[in-house]
Amino acid sequence: MIRHLLSGGDLDAGTATEILDTAAEMATVAGREVKKLPALRGRTVVNLFYEDSTRTRISFEAAAKRLSADVINFSAKGSSVTKGESLKDTALTLQAMGADAVVVRHPASGAPHRLANWLDGSVVNAGDGTHEHPTQALLDAYTMRARLGRLAGLHVAIVGDVLHSRVARSNVLLLSTLGAKVTLVGPPTLIPVDWAARAGVGSAATDADPGTDVCYDLDAVLPGVDVVMMLRVQRERMNDSYFPSAREYARRYGLDGPRLRRLPEHAIVMHPGPMNRGMEITPEVADSPRSTIVEQVANGVSVRMAVLYLLLGGNNR
Amino acid sequence: MACPPAAHPSPERQPSVKVILASADVQRVVDRIAHQILEKTQGAADTVLLGIPTRGAPLARRLAARISTFEDVDVPVGVLDITLYRDDLRRHATRAVGPTQLPPGGIDGKRVVLVDDVLFSGRTVRAALDALNDVGRPASVQLAVLVDRGHRELPIRADYVGKNIPTALAESVKVTLVETDGADEVRLCGGTR
Amino acid sequence: MTAYLIKNVSVVGGAPTDLLIRDGVVAETGRGLDAPDAAVVDGSGLVALPGLVDLHTHLREPGREDAETVESGSRAAALGGYTAVCAMANTSPVADTAGVVEQVWRLGRQAGLVDVQPIGAVTVGLAGERLAELGAMADSPARVRIFSDDGHCVADPKLMRRALEYVKAFDGIIAQHAEEPRLTEGAQMHEGEVSTRLGLTGWPAVAEEAIIARDVLLAEHVGSRLHVCHVSTAGSVEVLRQAKARGVRVTAEVTPHHLLLTDEVVAGRGALASPGLGVDWSPTASYDPVFKVNPPLRTGTDVAALRAALAEGVIDVVATDHAPHAVEDKECEWAYARPGMLGLETALSIALDVLGPRWDLIADRMSRTPARIAGLDGHGLDPAPGVPANLTLVDPAARRVVEPAELASRSRNTPYARMTLPGRIVATFLRGEPTVLDGKAVK
Repeated sequence: MIRHLLSGGDLDAGTATEILDTAAEMATVAGREVKKLPALRGRTVVNLFYEDSTRTRISFEAAAKRLSADVINFSAKGSSVTKGESLKDTALTLQAMGADAVVVRHPASGAPHRLANWLDGSVVNAGDGTHEHPTQALLDAYTMRARLGRLAGLHVAIVGDVLHSRVARSNVLLLSTLGAKVTLVGPPTLIPVDWAARAGVGSAATDADPGTDVCYDLDAVLPGVDVVMMLRVQRERMNDSYFPSAREYARRYGLDGPRLRRLPEHAIVMHPGPMNRGMEITPEVADSPRSTIVEQVANGVSVRMAVLYLLLGGNNR
Repeated sequence: MACPPAAHPSPERQPSVKVILASADVQRVVDRIAHQILEKTQGAADTVLLGIPTRGAPLARRLAARISTFEDVDVPVGVLDITLYRDDLRRHATRAVGPTQLPPGGIDGKRVVLVDDVLFSGRTVRAALDALNDVGRPASVQLAVLVDRGHRELPIRADYVGKNIPTALAESVKVTLVETDGADEVRLCGGTR
Repeated sequence: MTAYLIKNVSVVGGAPTDLLIRDGVVAETGRGLDAPDAAVVDGSGLVALPGLVDLHTHLREPGREDAETVESGSRAAALGGYTAVCAMANTSPVADTAGVVEQVWRLGRQAGLVDVQPIGAVTVGLAGERLAELGAMADSPARVRIFSDDGHCVADPKLMRRALEYVKAFDGIIAQHAEEPRLTEGAQMHEGEVSTRLGLTGWPAVAEEAIIARDVLLAEHVGSRLHVCHVSTAGSVEVLRQAKARGVRVTAEVTPHHLLLTDEVVAGRGALASPGLGVDWSPTASYDPVFKVNPPLRTGTDVAALRAALAEGVIDVVATDHAPHAVEDKECEWAYARPGMLGLETALSIALDVLGPRWDLIADRMSRTPARIAGLDGHGLDPAPGVPANLTLVDPAARRVVEPAELASRSRNTPYARMTLPGRIVATFLRGEPTVLDGKAVK
């Protein structure tokens, strides 16, 4: 059993499937009158958030509370962090408070890995810099499996700012582990150079990474995919010359009605949120029945319950 | 709980293995419990059978099938996974969570008969009662077990017992069923017999 | 002044002989020397090298005495076999005036463990905007000849041209930290497969290569000397090779860590690019900032090219870029950590791994050539009668496990912790005075 969840790459196919299966059981709790399970009674989960992300924090908080864990929210604002306490000192403080798990969101890539060196408890990466966000990938996989019945053999297009996206990194790792094929789509400036070089743009996937390839043409990809995952594109990227204008970006890589109709009938549209309506996705698409955006939020709680249970539900030291 | 197969008699000084119920005995015992349930529940009206995984689940289905044969009554059957309610979670590596499947009519206001293979400390049943409490509000709860081996640690007793087997703590009772293990049998393993 | 008689020592790999050191110079060499008044050092199995010279050391004083002082850094240098180090200018205040370079120079004299030769800043405050008073620093008692904004690139091509031209008046040399700043904004590690996986902003090889290419053209145009600091990529090696073939007056250094470690260590993987080392070594964790350095650790291909270039002479010098950092500047998130690694006490071991046992090459890359580039008279000379006794004795057969707590530096940020390295410095002499004896600092 894994001790920390730091990367989508920490999970082998068996463990990932176990998390998804467990999440499916956890999901039934949401439909019950008593939305609570006693499994983590007496355990303490700390939400250590160095970045504002109300949705992710609330999702973890709901997950921990449904499993009867005690939850301590520790946000960088209004704590000693703003007075310059180091991550290590914060870790030692949490350790002394008896944290069994620390859920950490941090603007620096790898901060959860550093934290894991200093804590006896489990560390869950809730998004680190431009690195990873493994529970988002798990809830995305859960949503795909729930909607399409399987993951193996699915073709998933991840569209947008792949370079800066922790969601994309975690999804690439997890989806390839679970047998799906991923095509990364976006302007070449927003695709990491080595992925583009390795995958061979526009060509079939290579031996180096049979599950992933790269394409710069969204319209060419759409007719052959089962899932389109749109990534949030920050307008600030425009000022750093990643693309000329929001309008040009939306025209080339935005998902609108006509593009939605190019998808196979069964294909679904995903977005990790929060959306830039009108930039990477039009309201028509976001609100269409093929969009799973609201489901993703609900599934997030179930998946995080599963992760917390698997990390804390037994004696895994 | 390693328990060598009974078909190969163990040499001297090896832990002994004794077959308590053979295949036909298991059938008979299930039939008897089915009759008792019918009798004690006035024809199994408003009754739901909930099996506790792993082997309680097929046992519950068998009981329902036998009841249906005897009296032509369809008793709703479900599965109640108690993993998340166990009191010993922290003593083991994380246990896999199994499915809980309640029958379509639910359990509110029903007479629920919990079904398990072996009644021992009573802790599993305690967990099942807690789980039941969170999924609905039955009118009453009863307990049916294939084997009661004693050594209760909680004030819990069964309403229907297939066979009482006096055991030593060092011994273990191993139930196998066709559905889960390929054959019906109850064995007593270990100890100094 | 005590005389020392070193018996049966191999001078730069030659047949065993004796060396008599008296009055600060090598008085006599030859087999079977006898000097009743001299302290005898058994040199059997040892190799005598001219005292090592480091072109690139950060001593942190003034400003960050918690990380290193001139004295502690000098002691680390002596233990590493050095008799001279060039102290980089990025102190606080910056060594951009005659006053600061003179202070550092005097502190070095007081410590008396190695010759500390200050490097002056090229631009005021390392800001890259206007030239510092290079001439004043050159004329000061510190006699500054190397100028560098190390840590920052002199990115403005006009300013770089002027600097290259101006220092010709006093035979100065500009040591460039080659990093196009616009291509490395926010950069955290080598741009490549590992940076993509770790989600760390990439430092592309081209940002170094583009500046080196520009600078060799500028140096060629104005006929000046250029020195390139810490070359880290295979592409840079090619640019240098072509420039040298054309006769450009360019020299280049490589650090020990760029000769051994690759970017994979940032991901927590054991990845030493040496055939002889590191089979049993791997990092203890990923994102460990002890491996954060600028320029960053590169790929195995780059390391192989650098090792070959050093042997071939396309790269002239091994320079440590010894960069001590306080614990709190390394025990933190990767992005917030300061770049840099210790190097003085381990450099020779890594040179041995790359070049050993070609002692002539080692003497060349670590002593003779850097002394010549820095204009350090009395250093970089093989032990011979009449030559100042700046030399070090190496036991090439010894192996040691690097323990950070045992280092003489005030800081602990060695990337080689727990690694078994070849070779050991047994003794170092500065102008005939031992600074290290029996592997221990004398003062």
